[in-house]
Amino acid sequence: MRIVCPHCGERGLQEFLYHGDATVTRPRDGGAEPTPEWTDYVYFRENPNGTHVELWYHNAGCHAWLVVTRNLRNHLITAVETAHDVALGRSS
Amino acid sequence: MRLSHGGTIDRSKPINFTFDGQSYQGYAGDTLASALLANGVKLVGRSFKYHRPRGILSAGSEEPNALVELRMGARREPNTRATMVELYDGLVAHSQNRFPSLRHDLLSINSKLSPFFAAGFYYKTFMWPASFWEKLYEPLIRKAAGLGRNAGLADADTYETGHLFCDVLVIGAGEAGVKAAYEAAISGARVILCDEQAPSDAVDMPSVKYLPRTTVFGVYDGGTYGAVERVADHLAVPAAHQPRQRYWRIVAKRSVLATGAIERPLVFTNNDLPGVMLAGAVETYITRYAVAPGGRAVLFINHDGAVSALAAMGHSVMAVAAVVDARAESSPVIREIAAAFSIPVFSGAVIQRARGRLAVESVEVLTRDGGVVRFDCDVVAMSGGWNPALHLTSHLDDKPVWNDAIAAFVPDGLPPGMTAVGAAAGEAINLNIVPLWSVPGADAKAFVDFQNDVTAADIRLAKQEGFIAVEHLKRYTTLGMATDQGKTANVNGLALMAMATGKTVPQTGTTRFRPPYTPVALGALAGPHRGKSFKPTRLTPTHEWAKSLGAVFVETGLWLRAQYFPKMGEDWLAATNREVLAVRQRVGICDVTTLGKIDIQGPDAAKFLECVYTNSWTNLAVGRARYGVMLREDGFVMDDGTTARISEQHYVMTTTTANAGKVFQHLEFCHQWLWPEMDVRLISITDQWAQIALAGPHARDVLQKIVDKTFDVSNAAFGYMAAGEVTICGGTPARLFRLSFSGELAYEIAVPARFGGALAAALMKAGEEFGIVPYGTEALGVMRIEKGHPAGNELNGQTSAHDLGFGKLLSKKKDFIGRAMAARPALMDQARPNLVGLKPVNEADRLRGGAHLLAHDAQPVAANDQGHVTSAAYSPTFGHSIGLALLKQGAARHGEIIRVYDPIRNGDFLAEVVNPVFYDAQGSRLHA
Ligand SMILES: [Zn+2]
Repeated sequence: MRIVCPHCGERGLQEFLYHGDATVTRPRDGGAEPTPEWTDYVYFRENPNGTHVELWYHNAGCHAWLVVTRNLRNHLITAVETAHDVALGRSS
Repeated sequence: MRLSHGGTIDRSKPINFTFDGQSYQGYAGDTLASALLANGVKLVGRSFKYHRPRGILSAGSEEPNALVELRMGARREPNTRATMVELYDGLVAHSQNRFPSLRHDLLSINSKLSPFFAAGFYYKTFMWPASFWEKLYEPLIRKAAGLGRNAGLADADTYETGHLFCDVLVIGAGEAGVKAAYEAAISGARVILCDEQAPSDAVDMPSVKYLPRTTVFGVYDGGTYGAVERVADHLAVPAAHQPRQRYWRIVAKRSVLATGAIERPLVFTNNDLPGVMLAGAVETYITRYAVAPGGRAVLFINHDGAVSALAAMGHSVMAVAAVVDARAESSPVIREIAAAFSIPVFSGAVIQRARGRLAVESVEVLTRDGGVVRFDCDVVAMSGGWNPALHLTSHLDDKPVWNDAIAAFVPDGLPPGMTAVGAAAGEAINLNIVPLWSVPGADAKAFVDFQNDVTAADIRLAKQEGFIAVEHLKRYTTLGMATDQGKTANVNGLALMAMATGKTVPQTGTTRFRPPYTPVALGALAGPHRGKSFKPTRLTPTHEWAKSLGAVFVETGLWLRAQYFPKMGEDWLAATNREVLAVRQRVGICDVTTLGKIDIQGPDAAKFLECVYTNSWTNLAVGRARYGVMLREDGFVMDDGTTARISEQHYVMTTTTANAGKVFQHLEFCHQWLWPEMDVRLISITDQWAQIALAGPHARDVLQKIVDKTFDVSNAAFGYMAAGEVTICGGTPARLFRLSFSGELAYEIAVPARFGGALAAALMKAGEEFGIVPYGTEALGVMRIEKGHPAGNELNGQTSAHDLGFGKLLSKKKDFIGRAMAARPALMDQARPNLVGLKPVNEADRLRGGAHLLAHDAQPVAANDQGHVTSAAYSPTFGHSIGLALLKQGAARHGEIIRVYDPIRNGDFLAEVVNPVFYDAQGSRLHA
């Protein structure tokens, strides 16, 4: 598999580490209590038959966290953005 | 027999080789198979299950029969296909799967027992009793059914891996492939042309990167192709500095599949006798290698494609006794060529049986009118049609589709960017074919899969027993599951199942092909990453210095660290004890560079630390350091370490050696993904700074001799947990931290990595008058156990902050990673095993890591297990063994006597539960 890192260009799979689902959001309640929202965030994941949005880390490259949109059926990647940009967009 | 002229072999270069100890001669340009045929050798191996005599079926990588052991000693390689082995001088090959000799194989008795070995025999014959498996069946099967023998020695050769990039990858350098490569190249594209065969003169395109002897074995995501280049397989020994093979990852925007087609055998009784060959192979041996595989042939066909084989035989010295054409009407083209060589054509006829003992001697032909005619012959050239070599098209899950007109599967969906051309696309093959999947009366000796000994009868049996789905058929009969992956077998097998079930081939379906197309040596995939090169070795900046002092090194992750510094006559324990006592009584130094070091800067740096550490950071003053604990988001402890505030917006964090990379990745995650608005930057500086611990009552005395006079490092000015930038040894920049892992008055001094060795030497010189010693990781470990510091064995990913006694470091005033999940009642339960110290009641007893803990009067059964020893050492400070352990409700059990049970190492004794901090629990020495 090849991932087009926004900083480094198209690179081989060996340079990246997979993290997981990018669609879950860390609760913003301060974490004083282990609520069901926290359990969902930490443990529960979808395994969609098709497009998935996931986090990868360019470990042997620029150390950017990436948000990769990938089809789990055929591994075709349709979008790669830096996690930082996505996260900034999410919080604004 | 070698022909007097023709072929692409070089008759001026004779080559000597041996097969089963017998010497033979071939020519440059031969394969082992062509050279054996040239010498009249037809019997080459014994079959897998029945030990039937087998010869050479094909002339390519699809060969199922002619598998030999090649080379000797460490280079001995089993199951090499004689058809793909290029002849070299001194080549040594042996036949396989025979005992005691190829001609007299005692195990061919299996052939008489064939009912036992029929389809599903693995599942049926060996069902009962279960105990027989281990003692009888498995050893028997392994002995009887194994093919070649592993060398049993480390591979003597080296391998390389690399990447290649191109616009167009052409797979196969036949006519269609060369044309595609040429057209792509003149369009200006960067072209790579791979072919599994030896270099061909037909390829002459300077702008194309031509990789002969290179098999593209797999298609992967993103236009990535796996290929193995057999750099030196055609030589006795690789040339100097050359690898045996190279594994290429080829990244191509487009690819052209020009892999041609693979011929189908015809299924009749004894079709596996040596001398029964694919017609195309007979043609190749004649035209390419100038070898007549025999003197008198019968051609058995059901389509027009074998006309060129017929012509080749006709033009050679071979006699052709008959053309047996299964079609009711033979095509004019067949009739014309046959007539030109005065060969009789039998239309509407089939070979129903071959006869012979170790090779074919005659065939029985069932004629159109039901009569049987017998022809003497030593070659049967058969062609049941051709299958496009479309394996690579289905590696990304596409399925081929059946084309009735040519009675073959052709590519349908293709991997992104791939185009199929020529015979691989089903073009110009199987003209006027009338499918013939098996002849009437084909029985338990009519082979479909030669390598796995699967017969027409096996497929009928599988159907009878209900294994009709192709995936079941495959696994029940083992059709297509040998090293050739059924290249010559699969379509015949599917079609026979279709016939047996009264369905069409498309209704029956097909299994999908998976990588690799042909077997790939693990050595090629591993490349240079083996032995000590499996992973890189990281050396500390003081490595040479430590080596010069006779240090013994130990691997810790990728690092090589000094373990202890033995003096003459000392073993590891004596050296470690001496080093510990020297630090406790005087002073010592130890390289701690391997601890992860992360530079954190920015206006929000303190805020960021609040998020990733459990404890408070905003109140840490400049010039101070603090111990911190990090959790994972699931509430378990991830790592610990100290972080120092160098200036207002500048912190330096240390992590454990093992977690350096993981923590850095985690911090980047927190910054880039969770708190992107924070203005903070991180960089790993582990490699940039050498760091040395200086510990012991005389540590300050030594330190004052190397720190430049402008800096006051007195206890008053630079107290416990102070941190700052200084210069040492007359202007060398350094960072100084008053941290202690040993429990003594101690400092850590960091300098740019290139000064690491010099700093160690300077400290040793400055400390000489105080009796300074270097100490290694063993002494470091003993002192940290004496001091009760959790390390890797305790930070094992399953312990909570409460378990390790860090409960008070969990801030109640702020959010931090892991806060919510750490608050789960079960993680705070005091009944969980938590950290204690252990001291044997009888001081002679030795605590060992992994020993289990029981109540002193409890039976040693799993239900009574209360925890285990995590770290243990002999403490020279106390004169007995000490240990750290995780014990249920441990914190409340100090003073209790428990049972330490370690049956594997005969340990069973009593120990007292104590405070994990054995040494200087008040910490007065740290503040000295
Ligand atoms: Zn990158």
